[in-house]
Amino acid sequence: MKAAVIQFPGSNCDRDATLALQSVGIASSLVWHGETEIGRADLVVLPGGFSYGDHLRSGAIAAHSPVMAAVSAHARRGGLVLGICNGFQILTEAGLLEGALLRNQGLHFLCRTVWLRAEGGVASPLTAGLEPGAVFSLPIAHNEGCYYADPEVLDRLEGEGQVALRYCDPAGGSGPLSNPNGSARSIAGLLNRAGNVFGLMPHPERACEPLLGSTSGYPLLAGIAQWALP
Amino acid sequence: MSRLRERAGDFGLSEAEYDRCAELLGREPNQLEAALVGAMWSEHCGYKNSRALFSAFPTQAPWVLVGPGENAGLVDIGEGYAVAFKIESHNHPSAVEPVQGAATGVGGILRDIFAMGARPFALLDSLRFGPLKGRSRALLEGVVEGIALYGNAVGVPTVGGEIGVHPCYQDNPLVNVMALGLLRRDQLARGTVGEAGNLVVYVGSRTGRDGLGGAVFASGDLSGDHLTDRPAVQVGDPFLGKLLMEATLAATEQGLVAGVQDMGAAGLTSSVSEMADRAGLGVDLDLDLVPTREEGLSPLELMLSESQERMILVVRPERKEELLALLRHWDLDAAVIGRVAEHRRFRLHFGGKLVCDLPSDLLANAPRYVQEAAESPDVQALRAEEVALPLPDDLAAAWLQLLADPNVASKRPVFERFDHQVMTNTVVLPGEGDAAVLRIRGTQLAIAATTDCVAPWVYLDPRAGAAAAVAEAARNLVCVGAEPLAVTDCLNFGNPYRQEVYYQLREAVLGIAEACRQLGTPVTGGNVSLYNQSGEQAIYPTPTIGMIGVIRDVRARATLSFKRLGQRVGLLGKAEGQLGGSLYARAVHGREFGAPPPLDWDLERRLQGCLLELIRSGSVRTAHDLSEGGLAVALSEMAAASQLGCRLELEGDGQRADALLFGESHGAALIAVDPGEAEAVQRSCRAWELPLRWLGEVEGSAIRIGTGSWQVNLPVETLQAQLEAPFREALG
Repeated sequence: MKAAVIQFPGSNCDRDATLALQSVGIASSLVWHGETEIGRADLVVLPGGFSYGDHLRSGAIAAHSPVMAAVSAHARRGGLVLGICNGFQILTEAGLLEGALLRNQGLHFLCRTVWLRAEGGVASPLTAGLEPGAVFSLPIAHNEGCYYADPEVLDRLEGEGQVALRYCDPAGGSGPLSNPNGSARSIAGLLNRAGNVFGLMPHPERACEPLLGSTSGYPLLAGIAQWALP
Repeated sequence: MSRLRERAGDFGLSEAEYDRCAELLGREPNQLEAALVGAMWSEHCGYKNSRALFSAFPTQAPWVLVGPGENAGLVDIGEGYAVAFKIESHNHPSAVEPVQGAATGVGGILRDIFAMGARPFALLDSLRFGPLKGRSRALLEGVVEGIALYGNAVGVPTVGGEIGVHPCYQDNPLVNVMALGLLRRDQLARGTVGEAGNLVVYVGSRTGRDGLGGAVFASGDLSGDHLTDRPAVQVGDPFLGKLLMEATLAATEQGLVAGVQDMGAAGLTSSVSEMADRAGLGVDLDLDLVPTREEGLSPLELMLSESQERMILVVRPERKEELLALLRHWDLDAAVIGRVAEHRRFRLHFGGKLVCDLPSDLLANAPRYVQEAAESPDVQALRAEEVALPLPDDLAAAWLQLLADPNVASKRPVFERFDHQVMTNTVVLPGEGDAAVLRIRGTQLAIAATTDCVAPWVYLDPRAGAAAAVAEAARNLVCVGAEPLAVTDCLNFGNPYRQEVYYQLREAVLGIAEACRQLGTPVTGGNVSLYNQSGEQAIYPTPTIGMIGVIRDVRARATLSFKRLGQRVGLLGKAEGQLGGSLYARAVHGREFGAPPPLDWDLERRLQGCLLELIRSGSVRTAHDLSEGGLAVALSEMAAASQLGCRLELEGDGQRADALLFGESHGAALIAVDPGEAEAVQRSCRAWELPLRWLGEVEGSAIRIGTGSWQVNLPVETLQAQLEAPFREALG
């Protein structure tokens, strides 16, 4: 499997994503935001960071980068797109995922490890590595991670099984105390209806090595690599 | 004499300095020249009242590749890699505008690091505030926001540091930022203009009027007037800073540049004149070519603006187009603004006229002064006073009071606001160990870093207190398993023209120098921030020590948490349990007096040597030094980090309970080991002739500690709640 990691000016998890993908056996190349082609990539990764310095709104300017036309076309063709943190924000700004990411409820940047529950739902290569119902932890590091959508939209997303990850407590229960940023219905990760576009606020690429204290992000990324194997 | 001489003070020059300038120049300077000299001879740029003292510092070791005088120090860490590191203050701007003051402090130190060709991979912050309410609380909030604003966005993890709280910082908060960068040894860039004929390229943010005169502003006392001095504070743009970093690193990697320097204090003037002076050459700059944000900037404004996110790159003419194309790729404004020349003059052209013509070495070499020094008799008396304190009725209450003191309280609510994991190298996260640990990808190496200073010790005994800061920094590195390598220092003091302040400065420098010699860790650079003073009130002398060390095999390291029930808890070395200058005396009894704990260099070296050996061999994976608040605070932190308690028996030795629990010491550290390793620990301690005392075991969910005659029991949950409260409350 081949991945294209898009590099926007201000991206700062682009190298981290590339190295984590490499560790699960996915070769990736960095593609500059000014390019109009993404090459022969099976997977496009929009990495974390502060694309365009978060000017205007997180992800708002990146969503109009030249390369995003190619990313949208890739998604329309059924190609896989993974947006992590700022990448998730860009996906909502670009209309590839529904809803929006608002400022954290506490109005501050938050860097900590949180508990998550995998929700099952839409069958997707991007979440193939997550056992439905599995509770695991990943680091978050963001200022605008409060997921928002209208109640009807939320009902529909839930009904369609598009909510892939929810913040929870160590026992798997969701509620205000285990919701770090005030996200609607504790949503931490979301799929599109077809299951080929996945955005999440937590950083799986930061949790792929025992040396760094956690490997709980590894199954998620390894699942993507596994799925592609014949 | 001239009218200009009478106005010398406006440029930050004394009349004597003006005369010296005229003498070196062989004529009267014009107004622009006087202003540039004033900025470069300011304390902030020229270190005129401190440099004479620095000859005391040891600066060399086989692993030191670049010592003081460059953008940052550089040490060899093996396997072809070197680490650039430096600490810098941004105190004055942060007092006036905490968010931008702190943000630009982060941006400035990062530029110093990548100017060396090194990719920044870690930031640490050493901060000081008055008691956390009212204005000081707002300053804390603002400074934290500023560090987050810049550091998080630029994508360099903030992995450690310290926060001190004391009334002496009420009007003069301290913001010291340390950065570390990594480079392949063959990719070192220098702050030089290279050779005659080279072109001077300006890149980054366009020049505006912001930060005008910042160097002179930072070289005077803070008065009420300065609180309205906002135009002297710069505004940071981490997005542009990030582009500048990537472009500069790409340019140095590709060998496109002959020299690099950031535009910090005194902007274009300091960067270009220092680069020219280092090469022993001159420059001609055409100020009409400097990219500007607005029309009508005067030569003086162009030369002294401290607009952020700007660099000077020097390029050989044949590589110019390649460099400009690279800079365009990163969406950066760039312009060739001058040329390097043989003439050894700093010449500025504006509107077709020569407006400044100074010898290159005149700007870069400020005069050096030695001031009158005399210790304050009040401090002498305080130090000499016998430390007599009443024994508290309730030891547990005193213990909890210490934990809620912001100087020892958990900084978790602060570091949760900083991205400490970006770049995926952080092995020991903030709060997990006595120092931050970052792996060097592709090797077994890791780098540990810490900042330390117990200012009340330095106040009571400047020489011993400053030496203690170095000793503690080294001990912190050893406690994670790193071998200390080198020091960068940030000397925060009051007004050096006051005898008692200059005495503190001189003694602190001598203390650091002595400690660095004793521990074999040279000083590779740093920063001086004087005039941290409002009226009669100077801050306590605060020589912040930034130190880095290397772990040869990252698998052999230690953190401060107990690892499992049943581990044996031991005290390595000798805990003196001194109450002089202790946090306990201050927080519980409201007294600051006595002599700080004495340093026994021989014991200190044996402790550090033995502990390092034990961590390297894998016998010890839990270590924590005894610092402010003594054994009680250290144990509380270990218990809180692991959610495990312990049962410990102390031998009284006739010492008072409060001295045993809260007394402070050098030459000691706590360890916890699996029972099977106890024998190996004992063997090592015998070999190093180091005292070792087993205190008890990791057990239950409370700390139970005592002697035959007294006992304290405190649940870990209570300890943790107490530790977490102060900053949780202060940051809302």
